[in-house]
Amino acid sequence: MVSRTEIEHRLSRVPDPEVPALSVLDLGIVREIRPTEAGCEIDLTPTYTGCPATERIERDVREALEELVGIGNVRISTVLDPPWTTDWISEEGRRKLEDYGIAPPPRRSGDKRSLLGLHQPLACPKCRSTHTERISAFGSTACKALHRCLDCAEPFEAFKCI
Amino acid sequence: MKWDTCDPSVQYLLHLGDDALVLGHRLSEWCGHGPILEEDIALSNLALDLVGLARQYYQLAAQRISGGCTEDHLAYWRSDREFLNHVLVEQPNGDFADTMARQFFFDAFHVLQLDALQHSSDAELAAIARKALKEATYHAQHSADWVVRLGDGTEESHRRMSAALARHLPFVEELFTAAAVDRVAFERGWGPDVASLRASWLELVGEVVAKAALSLPVVAPKLLRGKQGIHSESLGFLLAEMQSLPRAYPDATW
Repeated sequence: MVSRTEIEHRLSRVPDPEVPALSVLDLGIVREIRPTEAGCEIDLTPTYTGCPATERIERDVREALEELVGIGNVRISTVLDPPWTTDWISEEGRRKLEDYGIAPPPRRSGDKRSLLGLHQPLACPKCRSTHTERISAFGSTACKALHRCLDCAEPFEAFKCI
Repeated sequence: MKWDTCDPSVQYLLHLGDDALVLGHRLSEWCGHGPILEEDIALSNLALDLVGLARQYYQLAAQRISGGCTEDHLAYWRSDREFLNHVLVEQPNGDFADTMARQFFFDAFHVLQLDALQHSSDAELAAIARKALKEATYHAQHSADWVVRLGDGTEESHRRMSAALARHLPFVEELFTAAAVDRVAFERGWGPDVASLRASWLELVGEVVAKAALSLPVVAPKLLRGKQGIHSESLGFLLAEMQSLPRAYPDATW
């Protein structure tokens, strides 16, 4: 039987198709990993309802794990509840996002103020200044918003906080 | 299959899904036509969220219908008389103020509706609602921002926003008028008593409208029966376009 560690190791190399700096594990969308006699069962949770990458992620996870346990032996279920929040992005994931040039979401997304964009200004991933502003609530993908740094003048993307 | 006599939980899911799909499709018509690039992207994002939400409702409905029914079947092979959305969401885009007025009125309702659906006795429906509520709140913030920006903007933007609110307000009463599909849902604990959402809606909308230096005009509500499948002429045109590909090429995959 395949071990959980092997599965995790393999999943840590499956990137999010829209933010390839993050693995599906960093993103916090792998809800459960259950090694079974026949192969393994994985519970995934979608990030944003309309995210077109959801099906691609499922396919990528399946293909990666089938290399480990054989074709047809990976069972993937989608779990909606409790809903994913940006708080589930790992510390490692937050660091990788920033290195990639995307400001990580503010913590504690359950706080209504962050939902309404009233949180503390985000730090610019280039120069770390917090003298930044939001340009648009929506960005190039379902998960991002557009911001700009008022000190270094660089525009940057930030993870939408939900 | 007769949609008006099918399982009531399926009907309710279709009603919820149809609102999301029809409004999502309307918003997608803005793609490439937005007044500014950021807004073009925003409208497409809203569309994506709503179509994604429609898919979740339809997938659940299709499971319950069984017999090989799929989400695509529900979206593409029903005629306008089989759609159970509110007449508000099918209204044409008009100018940008019209789109935002329609969006704002719906978003304010949607947030209240999803908030209630979180506690649905239908666990699968509650799970969808808990997820969608966060996105709907984000949408509401966006459309409210635009109502304020246009209402409290130039003379021209104020005039247009004011006209857009007046044009869409007569469609609002239907949101709070229970049809058979709502009554069954309320009796079984699946969804809210829609009339009970009216006061909170008025409070939410009133606050934003006041901030926008606008007011809600007194209008005679239209008598509407979208939830019984009786629609304005706009829906037929929308569906004709949306459904054209699968109807012309029934085996097409993409």
